[in-house]
Amino acid sequence: MKKRLTALALGALMAAGPAMADLVFPSLSYRTGPYAANGIPFADGYADYFTLLNERDGGIGGEPVKMIECETGYNTEKGVECYEATKGEGALVYQPLSTGITYQLIPKATADGIPVHSMGYGRTSAKNGSVFRNIFNYPANYWDGASVAITHILNAEGGDLSGKKVALVYHNSAYGKEPIRTLEELAKKHGYELTLLPVDHPGQEQKSQWLQIRREKPDYVIMWGWGVMNQVAIQEAVNIRFPMDHFIGIWWSGSENDVLPAGEKANGYKALTFHNFGSNYPIYADLKKYVYDAGKAAGAGDQSGTVLYNRGLYAAMLAAEAAKTAQDIHGTKAITSQMMRDGMEALEMTEEKMSALGLPAFGPEFKVSCENHGGNGFGAVSQWDAAAGEFKMITDYFQSDQDVLNPLISEDSSAYASENNIEPGCN
Amino acid sequence: MPDQVVFAMEVTLNGLMAGVLYALVALGFVLIYKASGIFNYAQGVMALFAAMTLVGIMEGQVPFSHLINAMFGTDVHHFGWHLPGLAAILLTMVVMVALAWCVQQFVMRHLVGQEPIILFMATIGLAYFLEGLSDLMWGSEIKKLDVGLPQGLNEMIDNATYNIFGYGFFIDNLDIVATVIAALLVIALVAFSQYTKEGRAMRAVADDHQAALSVGISLNFIWVMVWSVAGFVALVAGIMWGTKSGVQFSLSLIALKALPVLMLGGFTSIPGAIVGGLIIGVGEKLFDFMIGPLVGGATENWFAYVLALIFLVFRPQGLFGEKIIERV
Repeated sequence: MKKRLTALALGALMAAGPAMADLVFPSLSYRTGPYAANGIPFADGYADYFTLLNERDGGIGGEPVKMIECETGYNTEKGVECYEATKGEGALVYQPLSTGITYQLIPKATADGIPVHSMGYGRTSAKNGSVFRNIFNYPANYWDGASVAITHILNAEGGDLSGKKVALVYHNSAYGKEPIRTLEELAKKHGYELTLLPVDHPGQEQKSQWLQIRREKPDYVIMWGWGVMNQVAIQEAVNIRFPMDHFIGIWWSGSENDVLPAGEKANGYKALTFHNFGSNYPIYADLKKYVYDAGKAAGAGDQSGTVLYNRGLYAAMLAAEAAKTAQDIHGTKAITSQMMRDGMEALEMTEEKMSALGLPAFGPEFKVSCENHGGNGFGAVSQWDAAAGEFKMITDYFQSDQDVLNPLISEDSSAYASENNIEPGCN
Repeated sequence: MPDQVVFAMEVTLNGLMAGVLYALVALGFVLIYKASGIFNYAQGVMALFAAMTLVGIMEGQVPFSHLINAMFGTDVHHFGWHLPGLAAILLTMVVMVALAWCVQQFVMRHLVGQEPIILFMATIGLAYFLEGLSDLMWGSEIKKLDVGLPQGLNEMIDNATYNIFGYGFFIDNLDIVATVIAALLVIALVAFSQYTKEGRAMRAVADDHQAALSVGISLNFIWVMVWSVAGFVALVAGIMWGTKSGVQFSLSLIALKALPVLMLGGFTSIPGAIVGGLIIGVGEKLFDFMIGPLVGGATENWFAYVLALIFLVFRPQGLFGEKIIERV
């Protein structure tokens, strides 16, 4: 009897313990709460890509992938709890999917030696890898976004913005305030007048801000919103008849969810992006065969091809490619989080590589290095086509103003280094 | 007339309109508090549930479709119909009455005579339950709500004010509709509580449960009725706010806008909810217009509470609330 009990206990322990050979990718998702509509497609895309790798290729480099999903509800405290609860499972990299959670995880993950990838969000100056050794924000960050928006406006205005008015409607939080410094610096350089219009969380009531826009008639409005703030802002812009093609949102204000409630009148609204849209890519045939038709799709399986689903797919693809790079560098399939960090730091995304993955021209080409954890700062502009019901790319990927941004990143990261007694370096 | 004065007039008008929308949410709280002494934390989520149900019924969405498909391997999503707005509103009202019955039968009935804090905690639980139920029934994607209400700039007001002031005022057609509906709703609610047998019974229950019971009034019936009326008010609020922003989970947060209105207008007065809403709406908009630029903007959320607190200093029961006198 004792022997049987011991055997059962051992069996249970083995079943419950982490399979250390698996490559563990935690997914800090939010499928509930006010931001669920945006959290679900990203989480589904992220999960489906790893399912595809497991089903089609047997994992990454033959090593199975284990994705652990933890619900954050887009709440910073819960996000940190998720991190603490999953890091012991052998987590290779965290994608916090929230600027607030990212800020909390920067010191923790650095101390634990686990890399964090805040793709298109988080702390911008983490691009300086000599200070933020474990934090990555490739392929683009908020300051790149601000600069790409201004460059787009500059191109539309024939290269001269002097005397023009640009208004920034932003979520009154650390996230929303991120582009202000960049836009101020760019205003000095290009001579436009910048008006700042904060919107308090959650952003359901924005009458004051849009009445001000109607009075002051800015030439362009840039938006840094999230959740209901986006839908209300686009509806208010429609209401005051602001020209939609002069209204540009950051990539977190550019999903179908943001424009559909305003209907046909949202046609022409623009949003930035760092990846492509739609499902017209070879990888989707594989997803259909190995994931959707096999009944292994994440969630309800109804998000395929949406903007945020593609973003989740892209995030997982970058994570998998970094893991492959790490396996090549260290000559082992069973990589650790430190090896993963090395892989991320040596990641190079080329058109050739993306085509081979079934995602040709899906994102900008970039190369990560110790000094540059943020990629080359390329972004593109998309526009909502209400009749077709989809965002369409209207520009190629182009680079942000590195002359303006690099000194800002250097200044901010240096301040962080001195506050935290970090000796910048790449060794 | 100086530009700033003209702009302030436009802001004031818009503040009044926004106040009406806040009052619509506050009304639901007042109804339940007045009749049963319960501060219904779930009122915002009820607006969400009502709006989601309305869109689901209009679009012919199969409730619990994701769950059904996951359990039985089916692929059902829609019934294949599209109902007109009015029919869908009526059917949603039936669902809200059923919800009221369930709340009374399964939650409140078992808590009769408990401390107010217990009842309040129960409504917190109800809020989380309803949020999950809405998600499970209708999915969490953002839905467009179009019951045919007009939206956007009112041309007539724009032209008229342009002719007078040389600047056309922006008033949203949806806000005008909301104002008319809120006015009708208040008149109907006051008439109901003053002139109908059920309304008088509701007031009797509000005054003294035990005395009402002793004269043969059914507490169960009255509370189901009150929760149903609150469900109807939640549906109206859900339609107005859902038309503005799409129907989505953030709708439940509109309750935050109602709290300062309740503090100011009083928890027990229907006209108080309206007047409180108007004062908060105008106050926050004018403050943001005049002082906002000096302090970096985004003053509306906190100023509404500051304004309510200032009123509380002078009238703790709110402008129209009943003064509570407890003798030792």
